[in-house]
Amino acid sequence: MVLAKIYITLKNGILDPQGKTVQHALESLGFQRIREVRMGKLIQLRFGEKIGKAEAERLTVAACQKLLANPVIEDYTFELITTNEPRKAK
Amino acid sequence: MKFGVVVFPGSNCDHDCFHVLKHVFAQDVEYVWHKEDNLKDFDVVILPGGFSYGDYLRTGAIARFSPVMNAVVDFAQQGGMVFGICNGFQILCEAGLLPGALMRNRSRRFACKLVHLKVENNDTAFTNTCEVGEVLTIPIAHAEGLYYADQATLGELNQNRQILFRYSEADGSITESANPNGSLQNIAGIINKTGNVMGMMPHPDRCAEAILNSADGAKIFASLIRWSTAGVAA
Repeated sequence: MVLAKIYITLKNGILDPQGKTVQHALESLGFQRIREVRMGKLIQLRFGEKIGKAEAERLTVAACQKLLANPVIEDYTFELITTNEPRKAK
Repeated sequence: MKFGVVVFPGSNCDHDCFHVLKHVFAQDVEYVWHKEDNLKDFDVVILPGGFSYGDYLRTGAIARFSPVMNAVVDFAQQGGMVFGICNGFQILCEAGLLPGALMRNRSRRFACKLVHLKVENNDTAFTNTCEVGEVLTIPIAHAEGLYYADQATLGELNQNRQILFRYSEADGSITESANPNGSLQNIAGIINKTGNVMGMMPHPDRCAEAILNSADGAKIFASLIRWSTAGVAA
């Protein structure tokens, strides 16, 4: 079974106020040596058993381009992980 | 002249738009459910404010794939007038009918207040009852209103006079302190190149009658009606 882990981040240069706020919070807790905090999203897609890695990759790219990322402001990367999940007991 | 007000799951300003058109301007107006796929009966289609599909993923990202949006894209491509307010503006950007994107306010807070808008271009179907440089008072109510576009797109918007409204001071000066959400170049509303698709974050639908603190919003609707009946600024 293939699992796609998709990471969606704001493009470089786009202000991330949420990241800035978290960075300030970390600074106030003593984490002074962090140069920048950027926030993003993790989206996980679990494919059906008959979907191989190549097909999963094609579908993941299509999903990112069509819906999951907005190319005006966001970049995406992903990793594909093959898992051997035991079937759930019925 | 017939107006359609699209209703997505989570729209909450559909009734405001309907009310202004029906009861303030005595226009022919109907709600259009998001499953509708035909807009042939309408002259103007309005995408109202709200939180369509709970703003999940990104504001407007799910709504743009509603069945009605295919019809809205066709309608716009054939020259039909499309007007997006607040969430409607976000949906139009997601659908690619307007350039750029709307992002989380720089303050990270929901902003709900009256703002001043400087009219930058009155040579459009949506602003022909305004003066250039006129300052309108219209409320905003959004958390994702920061208008972003890359430098090339911003250059094009300026060059083609596609920026209709900027957040301003009461005297019309464009300042950082007048910018309620961090929008680039204080942009509050834009129009597409062909002049038939307009989106704005402020809510003219919430201020079209004197009893509501400001009636400035009425000018946008009056412009549309004037344009269609007199062919002004087509």
